Formats: sequence, C-alpha cells, structure tokens
Amino acid sequence: MALDKPYLDVPGTTIFDAEQSRKGYHLNQFCMSLMKAANRERFKADERAYLDEWPMTEEQKQGVLTRDLNRCIAAGGNIYFLAKIGATDGKSFQYMAASMTGMTQEEYMAMMLAGGRSIEGNRYLGEDGDAQPQHQPQGAAHKKAGA
Amino acid sequence: MARITASVYTSHVPAIGAAIDLGKTQEPYWQPLFKGYEPSKQWMKENTPDVIFLVYNDHATAFSLEMIPTFAIGCAAEFTPADEGWGPRPVPKVIGHPELAAHIAQSVIQDDFDLTIVNRMDVDHGLTVPLSLMCGQPEAWPCPVIPFAVNVVQYPVPSGRRCFNLGKAIRKAVESYDRPLNVQIWGTGGMTHQLQGPRAGLINREWDNAWLDQLIADPEAAAATPHIDYVREAGSEGIELVMWLIARGAMADIDGGPAPTLRHRFYHVPASNTAVGHVILENNV
Repeated sequence: MALDKPYLDVPGTTIFDAEQSRKGYHLNQFCMSLMKAANRERFKADERAYLDEWPMTEEQKQGVLTRDLNRCIAAGGNIYFLAKIGATDGKSFQYMAASMTGMTQEEYMAMMLAGGRSIEGNRYLGEDGDAQPQHQPQGAAHKKAGA
Repeated sequence: MARITASVYTSHVPAIGAAIDLGKTQEPYWQPLFKGYEPSKQWMKENTPDVIFLVYNDHATAFSLEMIPTFAIGCAAEFTPADEGWGPRPVPKVIGHPELAAHIAQSVIQDDFDLTIVNRMDVDHGLTVPLSLMCGQPEAWPCPVIPFAVNVVQYPVPSGRRCFNLGKAIRKAVESYDRPLNVQIWGTGGMTHQLQGPRAGLINREWDNAWLDQLIADPEAAAATPHIDYVREAGSEGIELVMWLIARGAMADIDGGPAPTLRHRFYHVPASNTAVGHVILENNV
C-alpha cells in the first residue's frame, strides 16, 4: 500500500522525507564533510575533483557546482546540510534562501522586513500565490527572464 | 523530590546568536527583538532553576545522516558549543546533569519512549541561542543543562501528540527524583519559517498567534495539530514547534493540576527568515 504523503501538494516546498534522504545520502554527507576546514580548502582548490571522491549522481554534482540549491533539493539535498556549501562560500543563510526564490538578497530582506511571504495563495498547488510554479523565478530573476 | 517549576518557549534562530556575539543587539533591526526578551532575562535572574531540561533540535551538526535519533537525551557531564561552519559561538561550555539525565532516561524508557542515550555530543545554536536569549552573556551558564535533541530534520518527525505525551512522562520522571531540585523545561524552535525552495520566507502571523493561544489555554488542541498543518501553514521548518509540546506536556495542569500562570508572551517578525515566538509559563504547585 502506498504511503500517505499529504505534503506533496504544498507549492515551492520539498519535504525531506525518508525517500528524499535515501536519494540524497551522499550529497548531504559531502556537505557534512565541509564542516572540516581542511576539506573546505580541498573543495575550493578543485571542486570537481573533490566531488568526484563521492558516489553522487552527476545531477547532484551539477547542482553543487552551479550552486543551484533548488536542484540540489530536488536531488535529495536538505537545506541544513546544503547550508554548509554557503558557509564555505562565505555566504549568509539569507543569501542562500533568496537564491532559491530568484530574488536578490536585498529583495528577499525587504520581503522579510515587510512581514515575510504571505500564506495567501501559497497553501496548495493550483492557487495563485507568489511561490507557485507558474510565478517562478521571482524578483530580479523574473524581470531578467522577461526582458 | 524534584519538580518542574516553569516552562519556557522560544525560537532559536542562529542569526540571533550572531547578533548577540557581534554586539548588534541595539541596532535598529535587532533592538525590538531583544527588547522583548528583557523581562525574560530579569525573570530568569529571579527564578534561576537548579537544572534546565532543554528541548531543541540539532541542525546537521552533531548528527549527520549516519544516525538520526528521534529523541536523544544528553547524559554527559559537559557539552561543547559546536563549530557550525563559522567557528564555535563564543559562549560558555554547557555543564550537564548526568545523574538527573540518567534518572529521566531510565524512567521515560520504561514509560515506552525509546530515547537514544548520548554520552558525547557538541551542541549547536538550537541549544545555545535560547540560553543566550534568557541569560545574556555570562561567564558561565547559571545552572546545569540537560540537552534533549528531537529529530525535526528528516520526516516523519514525531507527532505533536507523541511529543506532548513524552512531556508527561518527563514530568513523572522528574517528580520521582529524590533530590529537591527546581527544574525548568524549555521547548525551542519555530515559529513559522521556511528555509527552502520558492516558498522560502513564509511567515504566518495569524496562524502563529492562534497556535500560541492554544498552547497556553488549550494545550490538548495544540497537541492535536497534525504534521500537515505545520507544513502547510507554518512552513516546512515551522514543524519545529512540536518541540514546544514536550515542554507544555510537562506542566502540572496536563495531569489535573492548576492552570499555569502566563508570565510573559512575545512575538516578533522577522529574525532573518523566521517569526520569533516566546512564552513563559509558571507552574502553580
């Protein structure tokens, strides 16, 4: 019998469940390795070579190399682990959060200061909120894509 | 006999720790948040317990994906603040209470909650930020702390109901300890936040405040909140709120005692990506 996963219809959201965790095990453990300064140095010196030491899929490696966190999450990454890539790059968590929306960090910060992203239209897939697939990317990336 | 005298609930946003450590608490961005904790620091000075039982979650720091315990109790004599990638926070070492922790583990496991016993563990911002918010920047934390880590990173996380019932078992365990200790239980994490994907930055002020109302006055209803409500309404990381139910379940009114006194309530948006909630409840027994 199929498992009950009622969270699959929440827009712009990937729940890190046992299935995602299984898919992302090596990707997330690679991220964990960046907790050690020596590993950060080796990664920064040659990212591709460092990634090739891990039994990750090519899709996971490309996600890391392009710093596309949404792509990493789709491939089984978890944000608390992925955050260690940002820390290695010297980026703030807010920068990383913004990068997943398409907004610049300034745009994202302004949204948070104005009370954060509204829940309206963002509860179920098929509504019309700003986190819905039809409205991606948001912010500056959206303007650029439209230009 | 030991007893639980109060419960404290607070978010544990890492950026709050950084603001304290870097001396930014009086900057316009942070000032309103820290003002909301001034009464709490005063209360903490006047009501310093003998032990804090601190419920929090590890954020891919002590636990990687190698092992994912649902409930882990720290039984060590001390716990070192972790290096989370930016260097360890400049905060005091956390002194444990191995005797009480071992007693609670024994009692709670016999009550059918399968705790993982941890004798060596670094503690991350989930544990140290609440201590900083409540105690400021002392040379040493004012009392021993028992870290209690809950898995809220990989789904399924424990249900609110199970956390609430675990709180009851913890209260029973504390009350069967022979020494006359004053114990506080803290529940941390939340409130609404989502740190991932195109819905990152979600804040649901109305839901948060309705949930706080329930937590205080109708905790059974708060405990009945299903996982999907947290995910949908409070964001994928808002599910950390189940940890508050462990602390709430440990209060005397859950077991037929008098209702607690609401000593302080505070809510603020934003701290970085997150809505900050904070409550102090005192037991009246």
